Formats: sequence, C-alpha cells, structure tokens
Amino acid sequence: MTVAQLIFYVIAALAVAGGLGVVLARNTVYAALFLILALLAVAGIYILLASEFLALVQVLIYAGAITVLLLFGLMLTRVDDLEESMVGAQWPLAAVASALLMGLLITTVATSDWPGDADGMITRIPFETLGQALFRQWAVPFEIASLVLLIALVGAIVLTHDEEGDVEETK
Amino acid sequence: MEAVSQQIPLEHFLVLSAILFSIGVYGVLTRRNAVLILMSVELMLNAASINMVAFAAYASPEAFTGIIFAIFIITIAAAEVGLALAIILRIFRNRGTANVDEVNALKW
Repeated sequence: MTVAQLIFYVIAALAVAGGLGVVLARNTVYAALFLILALLAVAGIYILLASEFLALVQVLIYAGAITVLLLFGLMLTRVDDLEESMVGAQWPLAAVASALLMGLLITTVATSDWPGDADGMITRIPFETLGQALFRQWAVPFEIASLVLLIALVGAIVLTHDEEGDVEETK
Repeated sequence: MEAVSQQIPLEHFLVLSAILFSIGVYGVLTRRNAVLILMSVELMLNAASINMVAFAAYASPEAFTGIIFAIFIITIAAAEVGLALAIILRIFRNRGTANVDEVNALKW
C-alpha cells in the first residue's frame, strides 16, 4: 500500500464518519459540526484528485460559508432537541432503502468497466487553464449561474423581510 | 498539465461517493428537522461532486468538464442553501416549527 492510498483511506474514513455523524447525531449543532468534518474530508479527496482549486473553493464556500449559514438556520429555528422529534418513525425502512441503494451502486461500480489507466495516472489541471475554460468555453453557464445566485439571494431577502402588517403577529 | 501517479483506482472514489450518497439519502428519509434534511442534501451533492471530479481526473483529463461541473454544483448549492433557509425561517415564523412532519397545510 502506498502513502497516497493510506491517505485516501484515512480521508475516506473521515468523510464517512462525518456523514454518519450528520445523519445520526442527536444534537443538531453536533450534526452541523460533523458536516464540517465531512466537507473538509471531501476537500482532501479533491486534493488527492489533483484539483487544488476545488479543494480551496470547498473549504471557503462549503466548510466556511454554507455551514455557518446552516448553523444560523439551526439557531433561529431552535425549539428543542427532543429525541423523538429528531428521527421519524420510518427509520428502519429508510435504513433498508439506503442500504439497498448503497449495495446497488457499489455492485454497479464493481462490475462495470471504467476508463482510465490501471496505474491510477491522473492529470493536474493548472489554475490558469481552469480559469480560461471557465471564462471562455463556459462563459454563458457562468453568467447564468451568477444570475441564479442573484435571484436566489433577492428571493431570500424578500422571503425573510418582515412587512409592517405581520410584525405584531410574530412578536 | 502534468500527469500525477496516485496508485488509487477510480473505483475507490466511486465507492466512497456511493457510500456518502446513501448516507445522505438515509438522512433525508429519516430527519424531521428541515435544516438537518438540508445538511443531508449537501452530503448528497458532495458525493455527486466527488464522482464528477474523479471522472474528470481519470476519464477525460483534456476536457476536465467534471471539475467545471463541480464548481457549478457548489455555486448552485450556495444559492439553494440561502433560499431554503429563508423558506424554513418563514415557515418557522408562521407555524412555530421547523419540523417537516408538522408542515402539512398542502397535504390532502
């Protein structure tokens, strides 16, 4: 086993542990912290795949911004951490369904013939090449994405903005 | 572009992504707090991104479309979380709960 493989298994174990923490933690804030662990582990996976730019974006936007936003959401909608309010009664069925899905996906991965070299050769894309592709070949989707962000954020402001009428009713 | 040898087969990344995706599915199916459901959705999005980046690195290194896709997934995820939290906050103000089982006004 090479060093890269060892690092991969450690990071993969961290990602799976973080993911299990997100779906199993009894405390909602612990679930958010486990999510940070899983997202940072995914950033490590991106580094193993030679995509340093994505790893940076992952740490900044996912582990930084999105998790803080989710923690704010938890804080603002907090009622209690009652155990029966955390997990629905259908959890055995859901466990069977997701285990079946995992089995199906892993069987498909194991039995399929995938492209790529057997010795695991991958190509590192320089930042410059990535930026050029993003702003030339992918310029239209890039602009549409910025429009989607703008509309989503304006929508978020409109939704959370209190009108004069319902201030008394909510306070 | 330089070639790097990792000695990790592509299948390893795909299996990790399958495991993370299934964990996310379990979370979406069992959690009742809307914010926790959103976190499980984030897990699923990350699993999909791992898939895309792995394919970009192994299968089509000259086009690296998967990396571009992953960047767009992260952008859309940011928009999605902002909007979804605004909706959850509004539901919480109106109904006093973020529990998806109790928000059943449209349920027949």
